[in-house]
Amino acid sequence: MAEAPSNIDIDYVAGLARIHLTPEEKETFSVQLGDILHYFDKLNHVDVSGIEPTAHAFPAYNIWQEDVAEPAFAPGEALLNAPEQRQNQVVVPKVVEDA
Amino acid sequence: MDYEPVIGLEVHVQLKTKTKMFTRVAYQYGEEPNTLTNPVIMGLPGTLPVLNKAAIEQTIRFGLLFGSEVPEISKWDRKNYFYPDNPKNYQLSQYDQPLCVGGSVEIELPGPSRNVMGEHKTIELTRAHLEEDVGKLTHFENDSLVDYNRAGTPLLEIVSEPVLRSPEECVAFLNALRVALSNAGISDCDMEKGQLRCDANVSVRPVGSDILNTRTEMKNLNSVAHVRDAVAYEIQRQTKVYQDGGRVVQETRRWNVDGGFTSSLRSKEHAHDYRYFPDPDLMPVKIPQETKDRLLGDLPELQFDMQRRFMEDYGLPYTLTSVLCPDLPLARFFEAAVAVYNKPRQIANYVANDLLRELAESGNEGEGGMPVSESPASPESIAGLVQLIDDGVISSQIAKAVFAEMFKTGKAPGDIVEAKGLKQSTDTGEIEGICREVIANNPKPVEQFKAGNEKAINALKGQVMKATRGKANPKMLDDLLRKLLGD
Repeated sequence: MAEAPSNIDIDYVAGLARIHLTPEEKETFSVQLGDILHYFDKLNHVDVSGIEPTAHAFPAYNIWQEDVAEPAFAPGEALLNAPEQRQNQVVVPKVVEDA
Repeated sequence: MDYEPVIGLEVHVQLKTKTKMFTRVAYQYGEEPNTLTNPVIMGLPGTLPVLNKAAIEQTIRFGLLFGSEVPEISKWDRKNYFYPDNPKNYQLSQYDQPLCVGGSVEIELPGPSRNVMGEHKTIELTRAHLEEDVGKLTHFENDSLVDYNRAGTPLLEIVSEPVLRSPEECVAFLNALRVALSNAGISDCDMEKGQLRCDANVSVRPVGSDILNTRTEMKNLNSVAHVRDAVAYEIQRQTKVYQDGGRVVQETRRWNVDGGFTSSLRSKEHAHDYRYFPDPDLMPVKIPQETKDRLLGDLPELQFDMQRRFMEDYGLPYTLTSVLCPDLPLARFFEAAVAVYNKPRQIANYVANDLLRELAESGNEGEGGMPVSESPASPESIAGLVQLIDDGVISSQIAKAVFAEMFKTGKAPGDIVEAKGLKQSTDTGEIEGICREVIANNPKPVEQFKAGNEKAINALKGQVMKATRGKANPKMLDDLLRKLLGD
């Protein structure tokens, strides 16, 4: 049986989500996220021996389409939500990354 | 101490489909920016992805081609990261249940010369999975522009085991993949269009050791030459680090194309944490055995299997097979001709030399020659041409001209020979007359020949051929001249 999840690393999680938290918020969310993890931990106590694992909650497979094109966004339509655009492209802050 | 490299490659291949992986908007290379998008590609709220059946079948075909296991159930996961190349902030991919597990790719290393077969090796695959490509960023001085045309395109990621041992093996591996994938119609693998990109993981270790040392990763190498050079540089760099008593740091390094060196990208406090989790919007895929059987029936022969068969069954030399077999349409053309007239060696020579040269010189500008499927000269006509030579109707000299005409007009060789009056003359009387004339007019070579210079007869033959416009049967001509000179 798995151990109950230890306290959440709130700084790490906030960093991954790219949000800034005040010390008070960190305190509040640590407790709340901890509660959520404890809640889910109940799953670890269910006896699943003899039950085959599934890849999805619903037993449905192969929900797919044939490779036939449907209409695309009209030129310009794709960029309606872009805060800034140039040369029919979305302008974003310069971020050079390796990913 | 001597060090040996340990290299693993991750190869990203754009699948040849009409639409994207998780939505039915079309994909083509070179369109105006942001014209191949829809609400799913732009990650708008409320949209749902739907799988592309053709992309899944192409991936299964890949697995069957290289002997991977294709598990019955395969599923989809989210790879979470923030970067503007993907509006959803996650990439749909496959984490722990990919479509293809294991498998292997046969490669050939360069031989001692072009005419000699090189060493063959088997490179094991770890896995291959299907995911979506991301948008393209163009960086400027103060900002970047994003084009989402490429976003969502089906991308097959092929992961090799860390079993490659030299830059040359990496090149051979990529070439073998490229040939097989384009012959099978899985991908065009056009590197200039970014259809095949490669990440290389490199480490070095003392020769004879079986440890896996710290590795570095070079991402997004977009030509075979870049892979070769980046890997070669990194092997040297790491070897020197160890020899100087240093320590190799696990990091991503950028290959600087112009400078010819790798350099560290800003090092991270901790590795990426992509927080993979199963995508709830996509149902898993279940592949029954019947589907695999159907797809298996539709796979082309791999180039090295075909090469062995051509050498054994047709008695072709390695050099001819190494031209024919990587090019499936050309190999099929050859086999169609041999089916008409069973002289494989002669037919292979015409296909691999004359036909290929004419094709290369034809076709539209900038398209790399004419595809063999559009050749005006058919397999039947090349078979017919070889037969005309065998039957003594034309000489192999004349055949060159007939071939050129066949390629230009698409006419049958027999018709060309007839229309142009190119049949070899077997009219002994006519040729004898010409021979007598040539002998009379060329006392010098006649003298030399009679004095024992065998080669001098060629000058006389040349004159007769000229006078008959190449139509004299060479064997008959030789006999005649010798007879007349002996008198």
